[in-house]
Amino acid sequence: MSGNIVHGVPPHAGSTAYINAHIIDPTANSDYIGAILISDGKIADFGPNLFVSGAPYGIQSVDCRGLYLAPGIVDTRVHTGEPGEEHKETLSSAGIAAAAGGVTSMVLLPDNEPPFDDASLIEFVARRARQVKLANMYAFGALTAGLEGKELSEMGLLAEAGAVGFTDADHAVGNAQVMRRALYYAKAFDAVIVHLPQEPTLSGGHMSSGVMATRLGLSGNPPLAEVMMVERDIRLVEMTGGRLHLAKISTAESVKVIAAAKARGLRITCDTAAPYFALNDLAVGDYRTFGKLVPPLRSEADREAVVEGVRSGVIDAIVSDHRPQDQDSKRVPFAQAEPGGIGLETLLPVSLELVHNGHLTLPQLFQRLSSTPAQLFNLPGGKLAKGAPADLVLFDTSYAWKIDRADIWSKTKNSPFDERPVQGKVAATIVGGRAIYRDDDFMPAVAA
Amino acid sequence: MLGIEGLSPEAISGLLDLSESYIDQNRSIDKRRDLLAGRTVINLFFENSTRTRTSFEVAAKRLGADVINMDVATSSVRKGETLLDTAMTLNAMRPDAIVVRHSESGAVNLLSQKVNCTVINAGDGQHEHPTQALLDALTIRRRRGRLEGLLVAICGDIMHSRVARSNIHLLQIMGARVRVVGPPTLMPTDIDKMGVEVHYGMKTGLKDVDIVMMLRLQTERMQGSFVPSISEYYRFFGLDSEKLRAARPDALIMHPGPMNRGVEIDSEVADDLDRSVIHEQVEMGVAVRMACLDALIGGRRNAMGAAA
Repeated sequence: MSGNIVHGVPPHAGSTAYINAHIIDPTANSDYIGAILISDGKIADFGPNLFVSGAPYGIQSVDCRGLYLAPGIVDTRVHTGEPGEEHKETLSSAGIAAAAGGVTSMVLLPDNEPPFDDASLIEFVARRARQVKLANMYAFGALTAGLEGKELSEMGLLAEAGAVGFTDADHAVGNAQVMRRALYYAKAFDAVIVHLPQEPTLSGGHMSSGVMATRLGLSGNPPLAEVMMVERDIRLVEMTGGRLHLAKISTAESVKVIAAAKARGLRITCDTAAPYFALNDLAVGDYRTFGKLVPPLRSEADREAVVEGVRSGVIDAIVSDHRPQDQDSKRVPFAQAEPGGIGLETLLPVSLELVHNGHLTLPQLFQRLSSTPAQLFNLPGGKLAKGAPADLVLFDTSYAWKIDRADIWSKTKNSPFDERPVQGKVAATIVGGRAIYRDDDFMPAVAA
Repeated sequence: MLGIEGLSPEAISGLLDLSESYIDQNRSIDKRRDLLAGRTVINLFFENSTRTRTSFEVAAKRLGADVINMDVATSSVRKGETLLDTAMTLNAMRPDAIVVRHSESGAVNLLSQKVNCTVINAGDGQHEHPTQALLDALTIRRRRGRLEGLLVAICGDIMHSRVARSNIHLLQIMGARVRVVGPPTLMPTDIDKMGVEVHYGMKTGLKDVDIVMMLRLQTERMQGSFVPSISEYYRFFGLDSEKLRAARPDALIMHPGPMNRGVEIDSEVADDLDRSVIHEQVEMGVAVRMACLDALIGGRRNAMGAAA
C-alpha cells in the first residue's frame, strides 16, 4: 500500500495551484490540459490557459504531470457502523476509506442503531464529520419512524437539522398509502425521497432467481420484485407530483420502465451501485457471501442493461453502496450471512471500466459519480466553478493493479471486488483545498 | 465429498463398483472389517436425521472406525458458537472424516474450508445429498444393470429437495434422461436449464418411465402457500397404482424416506414387493457410505482421486 492518509491537515489558507493537470469538467462536459487555482479552500480559478508558463512566484504550485484532476466523488449511499456497530466501521474509518477512494463527499444512510429518525442524529453526524476532518459527511433522514414503513418521520425537523433527503435505506416501503403520503408531505420541504424498489413479499430470497440459485439450492429473489415496485412508485409520483429517486437499479426491466417515465416528464431520477454494472450472479458461485447484496446480483443480461442505462443517462448516478460487514456476519452459511459490500475505495477503479470499455467518456463518468449526485441532493461539491469548494480527486487511468482485501483501509474487508484486476488509481484526494490523501507512487510532490 | 456436481462418470462408477463389494460383506454373519481401524469419524448433524446418521454410523463401524455422534441439541452450537468455531474445535481433535448435515445450503462447503480432514456432505439445505444419489444409482444399477439410457421421473417437492438436485446431476452424468414432475409452485426457477424435462402432471410425467423416484413433501421448509392442502396434493401428485399405470410395467418405485404415506405415496405401491425398492435403497445406503469412507480415508487414494 503506497497511499497515505494525511490526518489533521489545517484548513487551507493562501493559494495553491495544481498545474499541468488533465482537467475533467463534468458540468461543461469537457476535458483539457490546464490548471486549477485554489484559494482559502475554494476554487479561485481554473481553465486551459491558466498558468501555462508556470505558477507565479509566491503561489505554492503542484505539478500534476498530466494526471487527471476532477471534482471529487460524491457518493450518496454509504452505511457505516457509527452509531451502533462501531466494530464494523466508524465515521473515522469510513472517512479514511473515502479519502483513499477519491470520495470527497458522502451521504450516510439512516439505518444505524439507533436509526436517523431524530434530528439529534443528523446533528451528531455533522459534529463527528468536523472532528474526523476527512471527507464531507451528510446524512439522509429516515423516511418512516424506526424505518418500519408505517409512520412518517419528522421530515421537517430532520431537514432543518441538515438531512439532505429521506430514505428507509435498504428497507422498501411496501405500504403504498405510506409512500403516497410521504411523497405528498415531502413536497412541503421540497425534499427528495430515496427508495430502494423491492416488493417486500417477493424479495425474501438470498440471491437472484435463476438456474444458479436452483443449482446452489438457495431461495431466489426474482428481478420482477424490483420492476413491480418501480412501476408502483412511478404511479405514485404521477399522482402526487413528489420528488423520487430510485436507488440501486439492478434489472433490465426497471431501466426500461424508468426510461419511459422520464420520457413522460416525471420527476424521477435513479442510481445504480458499482456491483450491478460490474458483476453478475456468477459472483456468488461457491457460496461467496461477499457477493451477497441487496438487491442481489442479477443475470448477465441485467448487468448489460444496467451498463446501457448508465451510458444513456437513464441511470443518473453511480453510488458505492458501501456497507461494511465483519467476519462474524459473512463467514456463515450463505442464507444466514448479512448482505452488503464495502465500496468506497473501489468505486473509482471499478467505474473506470466503463471508460476503458468505451461506454462513457471521463466527463460523463464524473457526471454520474460527482456532479449529478451533488445536484440531486443540493450538495456544495461536485463541480468546477469559481467559489465552489476545492473538493478534487487526482487520479491515473492506466495503472494496472489487483484489488486485495489486505490493502483495504476500511475496517472490514468484505469487498465483492476482492481479487479483481482493475486499471486506474487515486493519486490524491483534496477536500476544501486540503490534500487528505496522496499516493507517493504518483504524487511525491503534492503538498499537504 | 461435497456434492455430485462436477464428478466424472469414472469416479461415480468407481464408487458404485466399490460399493458392490460391500454388499456381500453386509449380508454375511461377520460384517466387520478393520480397514479403518484407528480412524476417527465424527457424525456432525445440525439437522435431525436418524436414518442417514445411523447409516453412516453402521458403515463406519463395519469398517472398524471409531465413530462419534455429535448431537446438535446438546452441543455448544446452541450456546452461540458459530459453525466455523465448531468446525475448528472438532478439527483440533484430529478426526479423519467429518460427516456433516446442515439445514443451510452451502454450510458443508463453508465448513470444509476450515478443516483439514475429509468432509462428507450428508445433506446441506436444498443443495446436495451426494450419498443419497449414489445409493439410488447403486439400487438402479443392480436392478437394471445400467444407468445409461434409462428414463427417470423425479416427482413431488423438487424445489426443497437436495436429493432431487444430486440425482439430477448424477443421472445426467451417467447418461440417463431425467424428468421432474410436480406442481409448478414446487419447481425451482429455471430447472429446465439443468437439462431436465419438466412436467406438471403425473400422467404425462410418468409416461413410459423406467424409474419413479418419489420425494417427501417438505412442509417444514415451506413458508407460505405452495399447495392448497395435503388431500389435494395427494389427489394430483401422490403416487398410487392408478397414476403408476402410465409408467413402464416393470418400473421401479423409489423413495429416499422417510415416507409420508397418504401424502406423496400410497401404501399399496410403497409396499409392492415386486416394484418398490425402498428398503433396498436403505441397504444400499450402508454399502455406498462404506465405499465413500473407504475411498476417502481408507488409504486407497487411487480408487477415486477425482471424487476426493
